[in-house]
Amino acid sequence: MIARAQHHPHELSFWRKYIFSTDHKIIGLQYGITALCFLLLGFCLMLLMRWQLGYPGEPIPGVGKFLGENNAPGGVMLPEFYNELGAMHGTIMVFLGVVPLLVGAFGNYLVPLQIGAPDMAFPKLNMASYWVFLLGGVTMLVSFFLPGGAASSGWTSYPPLSDIATVGQTFWLIGMVFIITSSLLGSVNFIATILQLRAPGLTFLRLPFFVWTQLVTAFLLLLAFPPLEAAGLMQLMDRVAGTSFFLPSGLVISGEPLKVSGGGSVLLWQHLFWFLAHPEVYVLIAPAMGIVSEIIANNIRKPLWGYKSMVYSVIFLGFMSFIVWAHHMYLTGMGTKISAFFQTTTMIISIPSVIILTCLFISLWGGSIRFNTAMLFALAFLPMFGIGGLTGLPLGLSASDIHLHDTYYVIGHFHYVVAPGTIFAIFAGIYYWFPKITGRKMNEMLGHIHFWPSLFFMNCVFMPMFALGLAGVSRRLYDGGQQYAHAQAVLPLNKMITVCAFFLALFQLPFMINLVWSMIKGARVKSDNPWEATTLEWATPTPPPHGNFAQAPKVYRGPYEYSVPGALKDFSPQNEA
Amino acid sequence: MDTIPYTVQAREDTGLYNAKLGIWLFLASEVMLFGALFSAYVLLRTGAGAGWPAGASVLHVHLGAFNSVVLLVSSMTMIFAWASLKERNFPRFKSCLGLTILLALLFLGVKSHEYSTKFEHHLYPNTSTFMAIYFLLTGVHALHIIGGVVVNGYLWGPGSKMWQTDPDRFTNRIEVAGLYWHFVDLVWIFLFPVLYLL
Ligand code: HEM
Ligand SMILES: [Cu+2]
Repeated sequence: MIARAQHHPHELSFWRKYIFSTDHKIIGLQYGITALCFLLLGFCLMLLMRWQLGYPGEPIPGVGKFLGENNAPGGVMLPEFYNELGAMHGTIMVFLGVVPLLVGAFGNYLVPLQIGAPDMAFPKLNMASYWVFLLGGVTMLVSFFLPGGAASSGWTSYPPLSDIATVGQTFWLIGMVFIITSSLLGSVNFIATILQLRAPGLTFLRLPFFVWTQLVTAFLLLLAFPPLEAAGLMQLMDRVAGTSFFLPSGLVISGEPLKVSGGGSVLLWQHLFWFLAHPEVYVLIAPAMGIVSEIIANNIRKPLWGYKSMVYSVIFLGFMSFIVWAHHMYLTGMGTKISAFFQTTTMIISIPSVIILTCLFISLWGGSIRFNTAMLFALAFLPMFGIGGLTGLPLGLSASDIHLHDTYYVIGHFHYVVAPGTIFAIFAGIYYWFPKITGRKMNEMLGHIHFWPSLFFMNCVFMPMFALGLAGVSRRLYDGGQQYAHAQAVLPLNKMITVCAFFLALFQLPFMINLVWSMIKGARVKSDNPWEATTLEWATPTPPPHGNFAQAPKVYRGPYEYSVPGALKDFSPQNEA
Repeated sequence: MDTIPYTVQAREDTGLYNAKLGIWLFLASEVMLFGALFSAYVLLRTGAGAGWPAGASVLHVHLGAFNSVVLLVSSMTMIFAWASLKERNFPRFKSCLGLTILLALLFLGVKSHEYSTKFEHHLYPNTSTFMAIYFLLTGVHALHIIGGVVVNGYLWGPGSKMWQTDPDRFTNRIEVAGLYWHFVDLVWIFLFPVLYLL
């Protein structure tokens, strides 16, 4: 599919062109393919967990006997293995699946195109960023085969548990150091590219909203990840050098006092972790908003309503996301004054998201909407992210959080944001930009078969989780709450969720088939701009060659000038005078 | 459209060439890294109360002070190296950058001497939280020094060939390496009083 792109004078060898390439588009595709594989892996780990939650103690059909005696003797999952699956599902989905897709793949491929640049500012760093990311991913994968298995202390790796966990946790930490390094290289590159390489005439308020979200995201990655790196180094020292950064004095494990110097603080880890991990959730959602905005603007055939307020909102969101982290820690006993501060900031940070969502909703008003598959996913993103966001408010208030903290309500809440939210945005983006990358369109029929059941089953999976959580069922229980009297009434929901999760898996097959089939057989696009869009990526040849643009583009107008009164066409590309 | 703009000349509206913006961004993230480590120090120390030792009672203040001077001087020679290139004086550049590298190695020598005396007195990272944070902070800093030596060593040796082909770009590289070096120096200026004197 990429082969036709090379009308390049000095021919590069296969290795330089596709493997150790410095071209942002190839690197974007490398990121994309790798991250899709990780996403699928994280999804499969989740299916194993779901089986155990729906049918606790029953042998896993089919794959159960291949999981090994240490993990699932006789095909029945051990609690330790459930913990591994949970921790690695979270880690893989967040750090190896979604962020690499949103930033590494979509960001890398599209940002230089949308700003009219020949490549990223530092192509070699870009390549390094991918390979270091892969190293981190492989480290995480290898950890499954260690004695004691992979990390099992949750994606949050809270000490003291993580300090004394099996060697898988050490690999988790090393893997994270690689991933953090990769994201550092990437974020420096994105910011430098956006600030330095914008085409002439492309002022900041003419940037497509997607580019804005990538800029803010890059700043979050740049500034929020280093504290986790610091915390990771400390935990690594706790584990290999015997220090007590996170081990308080007088810790007793299985009746034995732990022989360490003590004097550490478990809250220190939590603060450093969430200082990253809260901005991280905006890394998971901001670029998704960007993707959705591009697709909505294109398919309503009119300008986005309130583009400027969306831009200011996403900037404000970025700033605020650094001062809300301790809303994950209301129940640690850090004190009511601190809680009051973080409740206030948390309520404030919900405002910009609401503004962005409202602008997108209002934009739909009076548009002549084209309902293609990309648009369907983008439209579904709005209410799904809305549910995810609104259910977060009770978690942000410390009084209601006492009841909801660490229950399935939390799992339901953030999955609404990342699964039917972000994952739908990713699907939308793939359907939308596929023609630019391959020169072919994806099949609409298969697209619809993918979309409608996915929407239905996503809700069947996550909506009941709110009920489980409100009934008080804790998260991270390997039997889904069977031992608890208060959980009995809602336990049948666990079965239903599991069945629906398997149906959800089933209806991803049309997507996979569509992706592969359309690359080879999809209907060829007749123009470089098949969606009749306005932004610069559509002004390139299809697929874009090395160096991207035939001639350096000049920009004359804002990003979404659709249906301009008096214009000949219903779209006025940014590069047309 | 094949070449990336602003690799040497500054862009008008930002006033920066790419690499200079890049290094400033990188240093911003470094500020967050060391900021987090210093915050950890503060939190652990306030948690420890009276049990925390005075730095001077455990560490060798004179050696620490000497090392501070070494790094300060190396920062100056680094500036002279850049200034020499601006004046098109390549031989003086060579000796200034060479001196910077030697001073960095001297710093590392003194540091490893300090480490080994600590080990001889059976003071290890797992001895106390103070020793733990001492080894962590100075260790991460030493890694940055080593990184600087590697980069400067490359620019002094094989990398300096660029002076013949693209002097402006090479001068920029020295400027960027210098910014990094001053930052590493600055971190030590904070580390020294916090660990040795407080
Ligand atoms: C659509 C499919 C998905 C389903 C059905 C699903 C289901 C689950 C379940 C059942 C749990 C564990 C609950 C527990 O034992 O506490 C879980 C945890 C988690 N999931 Fe997902 N998930 C999905 C997608 C995602 C995605 C796309 C992401 C991230 C971007 C994600 C991130 C996480 C995280 C961070 C955890 C917490 C892990 C921990 O407890 O440390 N999930 N998910
Ligand atoms: Cu948060």
